[in-house]
Amino acid sequence: MAARVLVGVKRVIDYAVKIRVKPDNTGVVTDGVKHSMNPFCEIAVEEAVRLKEKKLVKEVVAVSCGPQQVQETIRTALAMGADRGIHVEVSGKDYDSLGPLQVSKILAALAKKEEASLIILGKQAIDDDCNQTGQMTAALLDWPQGTFASEVAVEGDKLKVIREVDGGLETIKINLPAVVTADLRLNTPRYATLPNIMKAKKKKITNVKPGDLGVDLTSRLEVLRVDEPPQRQAGVKVETVEDLVGKLKEAGRI
Amino acid sequence: GLQLKYAQERVAPLVSEMDENSSMADEVIKSLFELGLMGIEISTEYGGTGSSFFSSVLVIEELAKVDPSVAVLCDIQNTLINTLMSNLGTEEQKAKYLPRLATDMIGSFCLSEAGSGSDAFAMKTKAEKHKDYYIINGSKMWISSAEHAGVFLVLANADVSAGYRGITCFIVDRDTEGLEIGKKENKLGLRASSTCAVNFDNVKVHEKNILGKVGQGYKYAIGMLNGGRIGIAAQMLGLAQGCFDHAVPYTRQRMQFGKRIFDFQGLQHQIAYVATQLEAARLLTYNAARLKEAGRPFVKEACMSKYFAAEVATLTTSKCIEWMGGVGFTKDYPIEKYYRDCKIGTIYEGTSNIQLSTVAKLLDQEYNS
Repeated sequence: MAARVLVGVKRVIDYAVKIRVKPDNTGVVTDGVKHSMNPFCEIAVEEAVRLKEKKLVKEVVAVSCGPQQVQETIRTALAMGADRGIHVEVSGKDYDSLGPLQVSKILAALAKKEEASLIILGKQAIDDDCNQTGQMTAALLDWPQGTFASEVAVEGDKLKVIREVDGGLETIKINLPAVVTADLRLNTPRYATLPNIMKAKKKKITNVKPGDLGVDLTSRLEVLRVDEPPQRQAGVKVETVEDLVGKLKEAGRI
Repeated sequence: GLQLKYAQERVAPLVSEMDENSSMADEVIKSLFELGLMGIEISTEYGGTGSSFFSSVLVIEELAKVDPSVAVLCDIQNTLINTLMSNLGTEEQKAKYLPRLATDMIGSFCLSEAGSGSDAFAMKTKAEKHKDYYIINGSKMWISSAEHAGVFLVLANADVSAGYRGITCFIVDRDTEGLEIGKKENKLGLRASSTCAVNFDNVKVHEKNILGKVGQGYKYAIGMLNGGRIGIAAQMLGLAQGCFDHAVPYTRQRMQFGKRIFDFQGLQHQIAYVATQLEAARLLTYNAARLKEAGRPFVKEACMSKYFAAEVATLTTSKCIEWMGGVGFTKDYPIEKYYRDCKIGTIYEGTSNIQLSTVAKLLDQEYNS
């Protein structure tokens, strides 16, 4: 079966933090703000570790792209059970403009280099909500993809994936090697136990530069402006149901 | 950081209920073990986490931010029970108990009695020697975690004629005949931590269940409590910080007279003062822990940290209720619980007066040369 699984983990602003837009409207404030692993990436790591515990895969490799701080995110994956980590060094302007296109090129290159036969990613990141990296990676590798997975099962040399789609659940069977992206209900990620956190310190994280992988980080996108959503306007109180219906008709809503 | 997430997600929702019912939820106990938090310093060879005393201090602080009762369970297990067993146990004792203590068994420490708290050596529980076993008779009081403990470290006097030099530490399994867990106290605070009387009625204990040496129990108890008080300092610190972290955001939202109550200078000065005291308590605690870990003398600093952190917890919680006004006074908000919980900090594991007396005694010695 799949010998090696690559799991992408992204360092994002913690979901509980109140986001503030920078005064110059070029982005959001990240300095001094609490960051953690993207929740969907946690689910991806959990799934990979469970596959290893079921002896369906031999090695789980956690990958993250970014500056020095992403090593914390990789350590968290290691504490959850990943075997080793790869830190793809991207910083400064390159990091600011890093998006799904570049990351998918990096992951595709790593998958080939590491001879991975399964890539598990979160379905999207909670900062940019792109929902593209998994799909692009599969396309670059010409691998099948099982996105929005709420269940993954190994059946011989194929993967059965149940996907959460608008109409309900879709079950597909895809050949390995493949890319899977994790949706919310795929699993509940474990808490890292204190012994595992200690063990994670000894696990290896190798550093790699995008250039070494032959990846061009130039972005084809330019962010023009970032604004907060408009303030919610005050509502209007009405006395009777008739008033309500009247107001709704006035506003052209019914 | 990672522990805080567990505490916030799994423990926090149960805090109010556990307090109301004076009962620790089974799932909290189970998850503490599962996360390796009950055997922090136990060596990995016995199934423990193999981490440091400082790690224990940090874990206790993080847990206390959410629930000081859960923190004290973790504190007693790590700083008292596990420490005694690891330092004094024979290979046989360690092999038997350390793996259990790390994975599924809670330990309780039985020192105090109705007639002996600060005056611990005035204990009346006796251990009568017969050939190769002892018969223990007496009553211990105020025993934390007794409701769930699987093993008890009992201080009893094996030679009354020698006074406190007869006090011996015995390992007594819960299911030993004659050991009875008495009623649970109905307490002001730390309610989810069970506090019971433990009665010993002709409890037979083999001499191989003596921890360390006969007559050295008093020394072990004092020695271990020195480290234990840093753990309590950490608990009080976390308690104060957790309370503070709930109250300050409220002051930033609550508007009166057209501005945030935080914006009134009176409030600002009080909040800043408390924050400074908290920081001082933190540094005292971490420094005491650092000294202990480095093998340097630390008793004075440990006493100072426990005494000070308990005072700061009292100050902080009291002020937080005031800052939150009416809502601070209701059980709908978590603040009043911290206020109730903090009081024990000035009492257990050495009262504040005992801490101060110890510091004074050490200062006296320091100036001796």
